[in-house]
Amino acid sequence: MINLNQKIYGYRRDNNRVGIRNHVIILPVDDISNAACEAVANNIKGTIALPHPYGRLQFGEDLDLHFRTMIGTGSNPNVAAVVVIGIEPDWTQKIVDGIALTGKPVLGFSIEKKGDIQTIADASKAAYDMVHYATGLQREPCDLSEIWVSTKCGESDTTSGFGSNPTVGNAFDKLYEMDSTLLFGETSEITGGEHLVKARCANDAVAEKFMFMFNRYQDMIERFKTDDLSDSQPTKGNIEGGLTTIEEKALGNIQKIGKKCVVDGVLDKAEMPTSKGLWFMDSSSAAAEMVTLCAASGYVAHLFPTGQGNIIGNPILPVIKVCANPRTVRTMSEHVDVDVTGLLKRDINMDQAGDMLLESLIHTSNGRMTAAEILGHQEFVLTRLYESA
Amino acid sequence: MIQFIVHDEDDSVGVVTVEGLKANDTLSGWIMDQDVLIDIKINQDIPIGHKLAIKDLNEDDTVIKYGVDIGRTISKIAVGDHLHVHNVKTKRW
Repeated sequence: MINLNQKIYGYRRDNNRVGIRNHVIILPVDDISNAACEAVANNIKGTIALPHPYGRLQFGEDLDLHFRTMIGTGSNPNVAAVVVIGIEPDWTQKIVDGIALTGKPVLGFSIEKKGDIQTIADASKAAYDMVHYATGLQREPCDLSEIWVSTKCGESDTTSGFGSNPTVGNAFDKLYEMDSTLLFGETSEITGGEHLVKARCANDAVAEKFMFMFNRYQDMIERFKTDDLSDSQPTKGNIEGGLTTIEEKALGNIQKIGKKCVVDGVLDKAEMPTSKGLWFMDSSSAAAEMVTLCAASGYVAHLFPTGQGNIIGNPILPVIKVCANPRTVRTMSEHVDVDVTGLLKRDINMDQAGDMLLESLIHTSNGRMTAAEILGHQEFVLTRLYESA
Repeated sequence: MIQFIVHDEDDSVGVVTVEGLKANDTLSGWIMDQDVLIDIKINQDIPIGHKLAIKDLNEDDTVIKYGVDIGRTISKIAVGDHLHVHNVKTKRW
């Protein structure tokens, strides 16, 4: 039996949130600032650039989401300090100001009227100081319940529904009892099981907000679909793995919230929870988009069940892979952190599988790198709501 | 050895959990919720992760897994048949 009251060693930030990584990030406001950010990250060892393709001419709710994602990423407790680079000063400053509310070091640089080379020189000097600052910080004892944990599954198959997803559910039930802050989402992948999630909501207001988010996503699919979405949802990989319909996939997906957890609140994309408990976040079911949103919402560890073998990682959020498919574990072992194939052979029970995953969460929280981190997976993928102006 | 798993005894389907199963093999299955073992002979080769019918189904019947509706049949399906996108479709979208 695992001791969930043991201390884990994390980085306590000025806003009292706990991180399990200590990154100095170079964050572009927009696509055309990627080159400068990557140059700074190349100059200054111990930093990572987070290039992405957006941030220009966005407007309305889509622009709000862009700012939430950028500010949320910089504010994440796995990040010690941030350099922000954008083409224009105003949007750059807006992101700097948002991140500065956490109390962490953050400086912004804009390229107009200076050019890339001067900007890179100035930002590199700032990044140099930030690496000195960050590497001087020490891990300190924290409670496991201070680690915010998100989940999303990928390349699911039928073994996900039997094995790896309920393993996450078992771990979530145990973390929920300790007053942890948890998150799930993947709005379209609840299709067919929405009544089950609605029934798990803490009260009518939460249930109503959940159904609003669910129906909003269904309306979007109905508006743009050209067929029954076969090959997109379920994906070709899902179908290869034996999943036949979205309903079947959704029922497997929902296993991740266990049997006891209550859905305490509902968030829009990249919004931050305001209390402990299990949160539903409206989100894409595409792995990199969803995990990027989890990081922007402040989550610092991610449990990722896979069947056919999704290989995703994230630049700042460690992604722990758990798999119950013996073929995947045999052919893609370097991508699997926790092997729960024993479940399908009746060699281990769900309680043991959940503890194996929690043990991996504790090791990861204490600093051990995940498979995706070691393999260099740094997928940073922003969700867009509609075209730019 | 367990070769397929069923979530619940009221389900229409089980899932193959080992590789290399061939038509006419008789498989040992485990119904998880009731913790009961059953044997079923399969009518086609079924890959790991794919489903076999454990009940006879007519065309346009509802397929049950986890005790919940997961779609509709588009042809008759017999016990032991491979059940997938060729004979079952979503009721959504």
